[in-house]
Amino acid sequence: MADSEVLHAEHRLEYPYSRSTGPVIGAFLTALRDGRFVGATGSDGRVIVPPTEYDPITSDDVGELVEVGPGGVVESWAWVSHPLRKHPLQSPFAWALITLDGANTAMLHAVDAPGPDALATGTRVTARFRPEAERIGAMADVEAFVVEGGAS
Amino acid sequence: MSAAARAVRPVSIASFAQSQNVRKDDERNEVEGLMPVIAEVFGNIGITKDDVDFICSGSTDYLIGGPFSFVMALDAVGVWPPRSESHVEMDGAWALYEAWVLLQEGEIDAALVYSFGRSSLGDLSEILTLQLDPYYEAPMWPDIVSLSALQARALIDSGKATEADFAAVASRSRRDALSNPKSQVANDIAPEVLLQDDYVVAPLRRHTLPPITDGAAAVVLAAGDKATAWSDRPVWITGFDHRIETHSLGARDLTTSPSTAKAAEVAGVAAGKVDVAEIHAPFAHQELILAEALGLDDSVAINPSGGALAANPLMSAGLIRIGEAAERIRSGAADRAVAHATSGPCLQQNLVCVLEGGA
Amino acid sequence: MADETTDQGPVTTLATPIRLDFDFTPGVAQSKFLRGLERGEFHGQRCSVCGKVYVPSRGSCPTDGVPTTEDVLLGNAGTVTTYCVVNVPFAGQSIEIPYICAQILLDGANLSFMGLLQEIPTDQIRMGMRVEAVWVDESDLTPSLASVRYFRPNGEPDADYDTYKEYL
Repeated sequence: MADSEVLHAEHRLEYPYSRSTGPVIGAFLTALRDGRFVGATGSDGRVIVPPTEYDPITSDDVGELVEVGPGGVVESWAWVSHPLRKHPLQSPFAWALITLDGANTAMLHAVDAPGPDALATGTRVTARFRPEAERIGAMADVEAFVVEGGAS
Repeated sequence: MSAAARAVRPVSIASFAQSQNVRKDDERNEVEGLMPVIAEVFGNIGITKDDVDFICSGSTDYLIGGPFSFVMALDAVGVWPPRSESHVEMDGAWALYEAWVLLQEGEIDAALVYSFGRSSLGDLSEILTLQLDPYYEAPMWPDIVSLSALQARALIDSGKATEADFAAVASRSRRDALSNPKSQVANDIAPEVLLQDDYVVAPLRRHTLPPITDGAAAVVLAAGDKATAWSDRPVWITGFDHRIETHSLGARDLTTSPSTAKAAEVAGVAAGKVDVAEIHAPFAHQELILAEALGLDDSVAINPSGGALAANPLMSAGLIRIGEAAERIRSGAADRAVAHATSGPCLQQNLVCVLEGGA
Repeated sequence: MADETTDQGPVTTLATPIRLDFDFTPGVAQSKFLRGLERGEFHGQRCSVCGKVYVPSRGSCPTDGVPTTEDVLLGNAGTVTTYCVVNVPFAGQSIEIPYICAQILLDGANLSFMGLLQEIPTDQIRMGMRVEAVWVDESDLTPSLASVRYFRPNGEPDADYDTYKEYL
């Protein structure tokens, strides 16, 4: 069969999901809306950020929520020269795994830095929250992390 | 080795087939792409669908963007009168695991396993984010290349590997793929030349990424008399396990693969000399992490097929590793092989299968 | 402790909308069926093993698992195997309720498909009714089922139950 005989069509799939947050994720997102970070205490005393309802290593229930951040350390990072259309930043940026001060696990987020030379594993960064009126209780309430003490 | 791993019923990889791996199969739908593969996997050993007692497939509806595509795919087998059938929203390697578990019960002696996926229909950088944590990770749409780059950076920073090591893996894989007629990307380019590639997401350069591949694969499993009747040199599964790690990326040490190590321990990888390993490492640096977790030394031939860097048909690339490893034993090139499959971001879930040739 | 009371109350839900774009292709066999509709014709495919004719065909015989390679041009007439009368409004509905949704077995086919039935009061529809396709104007034909405006009774006597009982 000739190529031209086989049909093609644009097909768009959309899911308007709305998810229940539950008590632990809900508390984290509520804190984000307030411009703060909280983590959950794991069964061995480690602080899990972002918090899950269970300890990701032991599967036990987590304990009380504690305040962490807003500064932290880059554990690993990847430089995006050409952001994709759904990425949180549309100019070159870094994805990073960031361990917030007081936390024992890392959180994925974007770092708004002038270039890859401004970042390294171990670099201290801090959260740049959106203005309070724009915060809705989602990861996007943090616009990006920025290098501590650096121009942003 | 655990008692569970020792007390296995011998099951053989009786037949294996895969489609030509291509960047875009522009003409055929899933059923049309699968039919020749199913016909070949039966034809290899002169059987028909009536000779298998169970069918299990692996695929994901997100690739085609339509629900229940695995049900439609059954049209490629022909399932009337009604057949015993199952499906996993996983790579076909896990479908093979389910069929193997059923064969362990001893009530059936043969199963068909297949998988299919056209990666070319949508945008994988978006589709694959849907496998992530839906609260903390997916809403930021981190693409799979970026997440793998975080893992590669961690590996470099740990001092275990360099960009040159990644390039060496990519160069060797695609050179080996020159002798694999089903491969999609095969060439002979020195690592030093590859290192001149631009970064896609630093520290990953173009050559460290898997190709986007449309393809399908199938395996017939056999036990009992069928295993010996269908092959002069049965390839036996002598150990099999799979393990998963936490969904929280930042709670893992991305430079190691404890789930692979655990699966390898339970499957008994270290119980004998490994001649060949087919490792499902979509990104070049992941082969280094996996080879360490599997406990493989330099004497092991890794990915003589070219691996996932030569062809990465989503949902089939893991099953193909098992098929390729089995073919090395069937041809006499190896006596004992390890096949591995992975799923999820940054090697989250891993499956290890030990294969041995015998009478 | 984290639930510092605010006017908005704690966060309990998270909207995570997803949109994905695909380049869909129906494949070789279904493209032939759809290209036929573009010409105002129904095309099926016959299985070389069992001889059954599928319309539309996805390219394989779902019984035998072999490619259906022989094209079969079918006529315009068929039989209602079963039906329902839709009285419920729903989002995106383009047809005035009540209307009849029928499974139609084209003459010479071994697979029925769903079609809209018009030009008959809803209380007069029955199984076995003989119907024919009414196509859109030639200039409006497209490779889609939208080329068939609807089916309507063709005036022939009802089909014997035995002729379609396999297809219910």
